[in-house]
Amino acid sequence: MNPFQYTRAIAAGGAIQSVLKEPHGHFLAGGTNLIDLMKMGVVMPERLVDINGLPLKGIEKTSAGLRIGALATNSEVADHPLVLESYPLLSQAINAGASPQLRNMATVGGNMMQRTRCNYFFDTAMPCNKRVPGSGCGALNGYNRMHALFGASDQCIAVNPSDMCVAMVALDAVVHVKGPKGERTIKFADFHRLPGDHPEKDNTLERGELIMAVDLPAAAMAFNRHVHYEKIRDRSSFAFALVSVAAALNMKGSTITGARLAMGGVAHKPWRLQAAEDFLRGKTVSDEVFTQAATLAMQGAKAYQDNKFKLTMAPNAIVQALKTATA
Amino acid sequence: MSGSRRDFLKTSSLLSAMALTPPAVIQAAENQWDEKFADAAEKIPVTLEVNGVSYSVKVEPRITLLDLLREQLNLTGSKKGCDRGQCGACTVHVNGVRINSCLSLAVCNEGKKVTTIEGLATGDQLHPMQEAFIKHDGFQCGYCTSGQIMSAVALVKEGRTQSREQISEFMSGNICRCGAYSNIVKAIQEVKNNQA
Repeated sequence: MNPFQYTRAIAAGGAIQSVLKEPHGHFLAGGTNLIDLMKMGVVMPERLVDINGLPLKGIEKTSAGLRIGALATNSEVADHPLVLESYPLLSQAINAGASPQLRNMATVGGNMMQRTRCNYFFDTAMPCNKRVPGSGCGALNGYNRMHALFGASDQCIAVNPSDMCVAMVALDAVVHVKGPKGERTIKFADFHRLPGDHPEKDNTLERGELIMAVDLPAAAMAFNRHVHYEKIRDRSSFAFALVSVAAALNMKGSTITGARLAMGGVAHKPWRLQAAEDFLRGKTVSDEVFTQAATLAMQGAKAYQDNKFKLTMAPNAIVQALKTATA
Repeated sequence: MSGSRRDFLKTSSLLSAMALTPPAVIQAAENQWDEKFADAAEKIPVTLEVNGVSYSVKVEPRITLLDLLREQLNLTGSKKGCDRGQCGACTVHVNGVRINSCLSLAVCNEGKKVTTIEGLATGDQLHPMQEAFIKHDGFQCGYCTSGQIMSAVALVKEGRTQSREQISEFMSGNICRCGAYSNIVKAIQEVKNNQA
């Protein structure tokens, strides 16, 4: 690992100023992704600002819903009684990701900041526009079995690897950030971005901005009874998603009064399935309805040479998630 | 140590000194101490407790907890398999929680309480999980074993032992290439049942 300066922040303002002092400054939280990338030479920060001492670990009820501090670990969130009771979809999604040891280290903010697992991004001998802008996309005409179906560009076809974020986007979470210009909020759906011509940018944070907390709105609590996170992967645990589906339904008898649906493993950002949600509202539960919703969700999907199987796997996963959620 | 690095240290004054705990290296830069001192100060002092013993050491920021344990404290029970958080051979407990020590910088463990495989037994009295691994042949080559046992001890404490499936799922961060999984599960089930 390349040497770097290390500083320990005790206040958010100081952490932000310290990161801004170096062009390649990074915040360090759980480190499960960043330290790995540094060992691989994919990321080479000149300064790490350790933010683990900041008071951002709290998980508390607010008038608007539930506020989760950015430094709460994935395990703390998944096991929290209020999350289990009101937002069980989030618990399921988090527990579908990584391993227990990693979830004990990884934080909510860090999970949102994790980089893609595209092999071309990790292999510094390969071209990758995300790692080295302008070097080309190795995956586009390479081995692209894990790659995107939606929203990709000819610059990048990588996918966001998070499970947690798929549930967060389905639950309409809101991100609180603090930066050199002050504080602002970002809708979770707008936090991650599509690659376009700038795949090096995973998200809409500006330089020096620090994630402080994520709010889960009270309105999403209505979606706590019929939920399922379906994750399809190459082994039954501790692997990244080929396709995942977060499904949460509000039901009256067998009528769907509201639906929240999002997919992981298919785009550069967690992929909300708005058209399918709209279609499901007011429908009576049936396999036929679920299949129609899945067909709607897949409109606009585009596969590459090695991930064509996802065109079948993804709608099947949507149907399976809806069936399990309503069973 | 290159000149540019020295200049870099000296010129990067901190706007936010008040809001930061200045480690030695930053202090050196700020106070424009002489070069020799700045070089020496590159190692950061860390005090942590490992298996009940307090250690005060100096480490480069890039040294992981795993490397500190193995190479400076001579606690070689925690193994380096992948060094990337994928195999679990380096699993230790920090403040009672199991983590991958290969992905934790040593400097981030200031004031923490670490337990390694060397800290499980009480004198010659093995930990029940160690006994159970021996009884059920929960290993072949043994390289993953200390990580498996540290993970298993935490798993029982977490209460993730309701079923064989739950044990497998919550032990998934520990890979065994010999394939001793079924015996590992048996060992864990025995410890859990003896506790009940």
